[in-house]
Amino acid sequence: MDQIPALIRVFGYLSFLTIGGGMAAFPEMKVQIVDVHHWLTADQLTHVFSTGQLSPGPNMMMVAQIGQIVGGFPGALAAALAFFVPTGILAFGVGRLWLRLAKWPWRASIQKGLGSVAIGLAVAGLITFGKTAVTGWLTVLIAFATFVGVNRTRVNPVLFILGAAIIGLFALRQP
Amino acid sequence: MKSKGIPGRAGRRRRNMTAERTSSPTSRKPSQLDIFLTFLLIGGISFGGGVVAYLRTYLVTRKKWFGDAEFLELTSISNTLPGLNATNIAILAGDRLGGWLGATGAMIGMCLPAFVLMVLAGIAYGHASTRPLANAGLRGVAAAATGLIAATWFQIGKKSLHGVYDTFFVVAAILGVNYFKLGVPVVLLVVGALAIFTYRPHVAPQKPEEATDEWIRSLH
Repeated sequence: MDQIPALIRVFGYLSFLTIGGGMAAFPEMKVQIVDVHHWLTADQLTHVFSTGQLSPGPNMMMVAQIGQIVGGFPGALAAALAFFVPTGILAFGVGRLWLRLAKWPWRASIQKGLGSVAIGLAVAGLITFGKTAVTGWLTVLIAFATFVGVNRTRVNPVLFILGAAIIGLFALRQP
Repeated sequence: MKSKGIPGRAGRRRRNMTAERTSSPTSRKPSQLDIFLTFLLIGGISFGGGVVAYLRTYLVTRKKWFGDAEFLELTSISNTLPGLNATNIAILAGDRLGGWLGATGAMIGMCLPAFVLMVLAGIAYGHASTRPLANAGLRGVAAAATGLIAATWFQIGKKSLHGVYDTFFVVAAILGVNYFKLGVPVVLLVVGALAIFTYRPHVAPQKPEEATDEWIRSLH
């Protein structure tokens, strides 16, 4: 329970770094959750973040999972509200102002500029993520097979992830 | 008072858009319950990422609440803002459909199934994280998630990166975070400001209308 104010601060802050999606915020999330607050180890954070990919709806709802682990159900609720409400209110406000903003010349500049930065931040996040998630030949193979499979086929990505979980059960056990 | 102004305003614009583009006819005025239940359904079935494609299927194709042009507008507003596409689009669409109450209902509907699942996952993780077998499975999940996220961004990059400047900003962001360890907020502010300045108004290229169709095809 005593961690709840910290959960609110951390996830409220992280939510504003999710330009273009959750992956952009991952390196800072790792700093806050692993290094600063010691809520999870790097491996645990990677695992929890990954399970978010299995969820329908917003895949960053895995923040509720972190909240649950750290502070039980109140923690889950606090993390989810802190992460989704402030940016939600911002989206609501900007949505209402949009007619006026549409004529604002800098709008296109912001959209174009942040578009490429968002891709860079996502790749940076993915590199940070991959350093813990991809550590041996089999995990390289799984990541590569999923990459190709998602790009080249119309199979739902969830099936690749579940397949990888089964492979992991048999082949990725560590002593 | 404010929420009353919105449907009329959006409706006027929608007519303009249908005049310009041949999007499917839209029929609006859903009840608050209909808004909530529709987003609850999307929030509950959109497995495997690609939530924008699910949103388009329901909001444009099935419910006909939005034309393609207006839906594209919502996604481009959402992309420029912090926050996830799934929730930002839910709020923007919910507001246009039913004012602040619609936005709140859409947001809660979108989030509720994932929230319940992730709380359950958190409870399970608390019990299982020390078990070697659970960790073995999760190592597989993490490896596949890396491939999935890489594939998603590879596709976005292929579509939206053009020219030397874009490439420079991507590389600068990667180096800033992973090599110089400047931290995401600093990189976002510095590289972001530089990128916005580079594409400042008189050099920003206008997005052609045909981009809409290409974008819709790319979703599926």
